[in-house]
Amino acid sequence: MKVIRFTLNGDPAELGVRSDETLVQILRERLGLTGTKQGCDLGDCGSCTVLLDGEPVLSCLILAADVEGHTVVTIEGLADGDELHPVQRAFHEEGAVQCGFCTPGMVLATTALLDANPNPTETEIRQALSGNLCRCTGYTKIVRAVKRAAEASRIGTRGCES
Amino acid sequence: MSREFQWIGKPVLRIDGVAKVTGAAMYTDDMRLPGMLVGKILRSPHPHARIRRIDTSRAEALAGVKAVVTGQDAPVRYGILAVAEDEYPLAVDKVRFVGDEVAAVAALDEATAVRALSLIEVDYEVLPAIFDPHEALIRDDVKIHEETRKANIERKVSLSFGDVEAGFSAADHVREDTFFKAAATHAPIEPHSALAQYQDGKFTLWSSTQVPHLLHRTLAKVLQMPAEQIRVIKPFLGGGFGGKGEALPLEFAACLLARKAGRPVKITHTRAEVFLTHRGRHPMHMKLKTGVKKDGSITALQFESLLDGGAYGSYGVVTLYYSGQLLTGPYVIPAFRFDGARVYTNKPPCGAQRGHGGVQPRYAFEVHLDRIATDLGIDPLAMRLKNAVEPNTRTVNELRITSCGFKECLERSSRAVSWTERRGKLPRGRGIGIAGGFYISGAGVAIYFNPMAHSSVRIEADRSGRVTVFCGASDIGQGSDTMLALVAAETIGIPPESVRVVSADTDTTPVDLGSYSSRVTFMAGNACHAAAKEVRNRVLSAVAEALDVPVDRLEICDRVVGVPDNERKSFTFAEAVALAESRGGPVCGSGGYTPPNLVGSYKGGGVGPSPAYSFGAYAAEVEVDEETGSVKVLRLAAAHDLGRALNPPAAEGQVEGATVNGLGETLLENHAFLDTGQHASPSLLEYKVPTALDVPEIEAILVESIDPEGPYGAKECGEGSLHPSIPAIVNAVYDAVGVWIHELPITPEAVLKALRKKEKP
Repeated sequence: MKVIRFTLNGDPAELGVRSDETLVQILRERLGLTGTKQGCDLGDCGSCTVLLDGEPVLSCLILAADVEGHTVVTIEGLADGDELHPVQRAFHEEGAVQCGFCTPGMVLATTALLDANPNPTETEIRQALSGNLCRCTGYTKIVRAVKRAAEASRIGTRGCES
Repeated sequence: MSREFQWIGKPVLRIDGVAKVTGAAMYTDDMRLPGMLVGKILRSPHPHARIRRIDTSRAEALAGVKAVVTGQDAPVRYGILAVAEDEYPLAVDKVRFVGDEVAAVAALDEATAVRALSLIEVDYEVLPAIFDPHEALIRDDVKIHEETRKANIERKVSLSFGDVEAGFSAADHVREDTFFKAAATHAPIEPHSALAQYQDGKFTLWSSTQVPHLLHRTLAKVLQMPAEQIRVIKPFLGGGFGGKGEALPLEFAACLLARKAGRPVKITHTRAEVFLTHRGRHPMHMKLKTGVKKDGSITALQFESLLDGGAYGSYGVVTLYYSGQLLTGPYVIPAFRFDGARVYTNKPPCGAQRGHGGVQPRYAFEVHLDRIATDLGIDPLAMRLKNAVEPNTRTVNELRITSCGFKECLERSSRAVSWTERRGKLPRGRGIGIAGGFYISGAGVAIYFNPMAHSSVRIEADRSGRVTVFCGASDIGQGSDTMLALVAAETIGIPPESVRVVSADTDTTPVDLGSYSSRVTFMAGNACHAAAKEVRNRVLSAVAEALDVPVDRLEICDRVVGVPDNERKSFTFAEAVALAESRGGPVCGSGGYTPPNLVGSYKGGGVGPSPAYSFGAYAAEVEVDEETGSVKVLRLAAAHDLGRALNPPAAEGQVEGATVNGLGETLLENHAFLDTGQHASPSLLEYKVPTALDVPEIEAILVESIDPEGPYGAKECGEGSLHPSIPAIVNAVYDAVGVWIHELPITPEAVLKALRKKEKP
């Protein structure tokens, strides 16, 4: 057992973890953040994607003890109160959500992509999301949602500059 | 429908969309109850074995273990079909595939539960196993189920319509082909999960089920409890595609463990267990023989199918019938003969998967049809247009075709890829292909015989002006809750966002048979329409009386009920509901939908009839690398006749998703087994579902034929939309490199082999 301290969705977090516990386990089972989904527990499906220091990672492959001192953002940490994050809004409004199980991981992977590359090409979008499986949508509306979110962010950025 | 729709046909946001993008949506595995235990299932390591003895004493003695159950705790046979009740919740006497459920434990934590499984001692007498369906057809010395009369044949079917011999005699050309389509599996991203609670002699089961009502019935039977003491709730569900369409062992095991332990028990499958549970696409061996006139018109069709069913019946008898019954369209087939068999093998059971029963034969027939067209020198598109079924006709096996936009689907998808200008004219390695399909909008016959409605809806309007729809329909991600809100809203005249939907809870919602056979929009939609009309009429008659105007002068618009353009003669919707409530009690409406009796006049005539059929035609463009054999799909133009698009983005999403499922089955997916019966690829790394990189943007083309019996003219959209995807790609491969692929999936090896074979004289 080790006590870890890290930043979770902007707040300080502290808890004791076993050496074999994974990040997804502590998020879902210990901290009640069930928005992070678990589709395979093997690093194949991408539904447990969270942001670790802004980078998308598979929380089923990260040992909880390793997040000591780091910053974790889960899907619950994205919206600002009732105000959806632009990526969340784009997924909702574009019809990119069906069963919703891959959605938290997709949204976070998209957020990381757009933070690093605000103007991705379609191929870059598909590459960035290729580790996140969706069985419902055929990806068409997901890719469109990413483009829409990118567009919205660009407008937002310009708005700030002017 | 004279007036313009207020919301139908316009994009409506999913009512559960915000919950899903914020992570607030609770799926079964997200739930926790005080004192909840973790359940785990012990599975057979043998493909076929007799169980001599099970000793659970060491597992029970392990600290932290709260209950252990085996087949003896519920030795009751069940099955989704009354004609195939061949399963036990946990094995009683035999195991029939590697992964068959043998026992289950509930413990304080997962590690203890897993450890306890290893302490259960099972004494197996290993039996010879059968993996090849052809062997299963003839081997009498190995009986997977004692009840099979001949070898391991679960069911044989022979049907004949029209004068088949005369049809072939009249033909100018007869062609025979054989095809094989490998198994595929649903691979929903959410693994199955079930959480059971037993309190005060009553069960509550939260489960990732597509069929809360059918699960409820089966639980009552297996647990030997009155149905009134069992409640089934489906929380948010992360994809089904048919794989959660029947009662499954984990649901029984969770209940049995919860009762024994006296504490709630949750069982969530590992990804490997999702693969072993399967119930997916049957591997199908198919033989087709078709006669045609010189002008391309079909004179007769003969079809044989052999279905490798795996260890249990599941939906398989229906799959078997569909495999033939759904070949009589979307082309006019004047004479048809069908012989099929489903056999048991020692592999995970096959069942229903999106497009159920029709997918494999549709692939075979559409490629066969292209080969015939090629033989005759006729353009494949012209061949299809020539034989296309027309609206308001009957197929040779008595299926009633009403609305039908098949020709428009052919025209629009072919136009999208500039068929006439490009087919047969692209540089080598590039090709386009086309294929058609059709599918039921719900089975015309209920899964168990009963005279009641297939779907029922109750709607309540309260004095705050809120409208709540109650329906047993199970939203599995396809958006049926949003569909119900939309149909209720349009019918009553209030905005969809002011409608709340309570669904899939057997204690509070009236029965809907479930999300299978692409039935929900048609059936629950019709039931909802009827219930909403009743609510509307209650409100309008109260207002008419209060204002002393005839009902037909009133309208409901923008939450205002009254005489149009007359502010003095109007009420807010909330006031109008209160008025109605004061004059006749709670404002409720109820409606049910029962399909017309369309059963054919022959044995087996119950499988195939539907109140409406969707139609589709897809055009694919591919690039084939002749060095590596790899096939890349560059375009898929998917025209689907769905009657009416109630909510266009939702409908497009169904078509896009199904089309990509088809692409996966064509190029990537093979649910295969090793020679020893072990699953060959029980992970999402090894079993390849399409990623965002494997697929092009799907061009969904919604064709609206406005069905006379569908809710606002709508019919199915989510399953038939898989059918044409597969053969369109296969036919495009021929156009690209001149080889026909008769076995799926199209691996690079298969393409190279076909190319080499073609090179030889």
